[in-house]
Amino acid sequence: MALLDVVDLVVEFPTRRGVLRALDGVSLSIDPGEVLGVVGESGAGKSLTGAAIIGLLEPPGRVASGQILLNGERIDTKTQEQMRPLRGKQIGAIFQDPLTTLNPLYSIGRQLVETMQTHMKLSDRDAQARAIKWLEDVGIPAAAQRIGAYPHQFSGGMRQRVVIALALCAEPKLVIADEPTTALDVSIQAQIITLLKRLTREHGTSVMLITHDMGVIAETADRVAVMYAGRLAEIGPVAEVVKHPAHPYTEGLMGSIPSLTHRVERLRQIDGSMPRLTAIPTGCAFNPRCDKVFDRCRTDRPGLLPSGQTQAACWLYAMEAANG
Amino acid sequence: MAEDIVLLADQVSRYFDVSRPWLQRTLAREPKQLLRAVDGISFRVARGSTLSLVGESGCGKSTVARLAVGLYTPSGGEIRFEGENISAARAQPDLRRRMNMIFQDPYASLNPRWRVRDIVAEPIRAFKLLSSNADINARVGALLTQVGLAPADGDKFPHEFSGGQRQRISIARALSSEPEFLVCDEPTSALDVSVQAQILNLMKDLQQRLGLTYLFISHNLSVVRHMSDRLGVMYLGRIVEIGPAGEIFANPRHPYTKLLLDAIPDLDMVGRARTPVGGEVPSPINPPPGCPFHPRCPLANARCKTEKPQVLRLDTVEVACHAAEEGRTTA
Repeated sequence: MALLDVVDLVVEFPTRRGVLRALDGVSLSIDPGEVLGVVGESGAGKSLTGAAIIGLLEPPGRVASGQILLNGERIDTKTQEQMRPLRGKQIGAIFQDPLTTLNPLYSIGRQLVETMQTHMKLSDRDAQARAIKWLEDVGIPAAAQRIGAYPHQFSGGMRQRVVIALALCAEPKLVIADEPTTALDVSIQAQIITLLKRLTREHGTSVMLITHDMGVIAETADRVAVMYAGRLAEIGPVAEVVKHPAHPYTEGLMGSIPSLTHRVERLRQIDGSMPRLTAIPTGCAFNPRCDKVFDRCRTDRPGLLPSGQTQAACWLYAMEAANG
Repeated sequence: MAEDIVLLADQVSRYFDVSRPWLQRTLAREPKQLLRAVDGISFRVARGSTLSLVGESGCGKSTVARLAVGLYTPSGGEIRFEGENISAARAQPDLRRRMNMIFQDPYASLNPRWRVRDIVAEPIRAFKLLSSNADINARVGALLTQVGLAPADGDKFPHEFSGGQRQRISIARALSSEPEFLVCDEPTSALDVSVQAQILNLMKDLQQRLGLTYLFISHNLSVVRHMSDRLGVMYLGRIVEIGPAGEIFANPRHPYTKLLLDAIPDLDMVGRARTPVGGEVPSPINPPPGCPFHPRCPLANARCKTEKPQVLRLDTVEVACHAAEEGRTTA
């Protein structure tokens, strides 16, 4: 059974000018121990999906319909009070900016101890010992001496290591990592990604890795979900989506990334830009930018259709299925 | 070699004084503290080509960008544009007209209170290239068309445009003084990949059509690979390796270049694991003695800890590394 099941999730923001549909029918699942990558450009709804799952949608945003199930239990209907024990214990979170995630007034040791004691029965001494163990695990040098240090005494990369320790220390089953390496330099990014991969594998933690960097996903994720304008464009095994993208948007996205190994004269470009939430075209949201568009795309919205090993929300594959 | 050099930097340095205020410093008997943002770098850019500088935060690449257009004056060494020292460029509007800059953040680099037409026309007016308003408007219209916008967009304000469109406006403004040389400081790092592809394609098209010369600053090695003819890798204010881009990507000699290349997540990396190099970039206020990279370098020995490596020519590439010089890099 899947650890996390998101079924037909719709998130809406009521505004004075009408209701904005920021997520529209997103369905995905994550198996125990699996790393699901979620990619898309700014405003595609990737972070919102993560926020909806941990129940941290900014008001006035709300889950309008659909379900979020963790271990078969609905969590989207829970109140904030009921969600609190789940956060940290069942679902951990890692955000982009380590400086705003950590409390600047508490030492990192205190933050770790507090998190663990909230969710687990631990004596002060045990919690302290575990905190040191976690800091060692995430590669903080001289962990025992630095446990009393404050966040500002660490560099960006070291802070992100502390954040990872914080997210994992109560041993959650699922970690939502929202752009965990975007604020970091490439050499530090490589260290953090390797660390995250190793720790989640050791603890059998599932990860939902949200990023705009396809390279990070390619290297880390088992499966990948591509989002566009609040909808899923394609979902499938990472090798398949990267090498043989089915959805024209995914194909364009892959072609627009400059590669280190093969140099091309011109990058493939998708003209135009993602529509605003107030002006999502009818039918397929990608149809005005799509070079394979036909009549049906402009009127009917495609659901996820199987194409090889992946599923793509594209009418091209309906024809394929019908023609056999 | 009859290479047509547009920009030449010769042992250029730029130091910043980061000492505490004079009174506090005197009371505490502290010496002056200098941050060596750029420490004796040399490079040249040939006409119609692109030289890229890459490196991580704090390596001094943006300082080089500013030095190259004369926004900073060098603390040491000199920069020559078409043979003329640009420290004196303030006095020479014609020299300044021929170089321009595209900045990283398209939200901060356009005046929100100006209409796009005025933003793009600013260099034309400043250098008095055209006098009548009709001529200026026609030129602005042509420039906007050239970067893929419509002449009618000139009436709008910057906030009406997306990030990619704003960067097109920045490019139109940079081109309006008909420069030969453009310094691009991370022009696409604030943009999404599909928009980045549009801007990179546009920049390449313009380079071919107008014969532009680029100094391209970026932290993204894949983008640099796509754009550059020559590549310089910077670390803590120095160029550690510089040469033809293809050669450096195929056969990196400096351990830091190798580290950077290994660290980039690439689409072809599906399922592959890699070994990241540990450590972080040290502070440029107190750089390590000897080779600044030695605390992170897998090949460092006693010599690296004490002696600063000089830039040496190896085939087509110039490298500042004792290990490369001694042939210890072939592992």
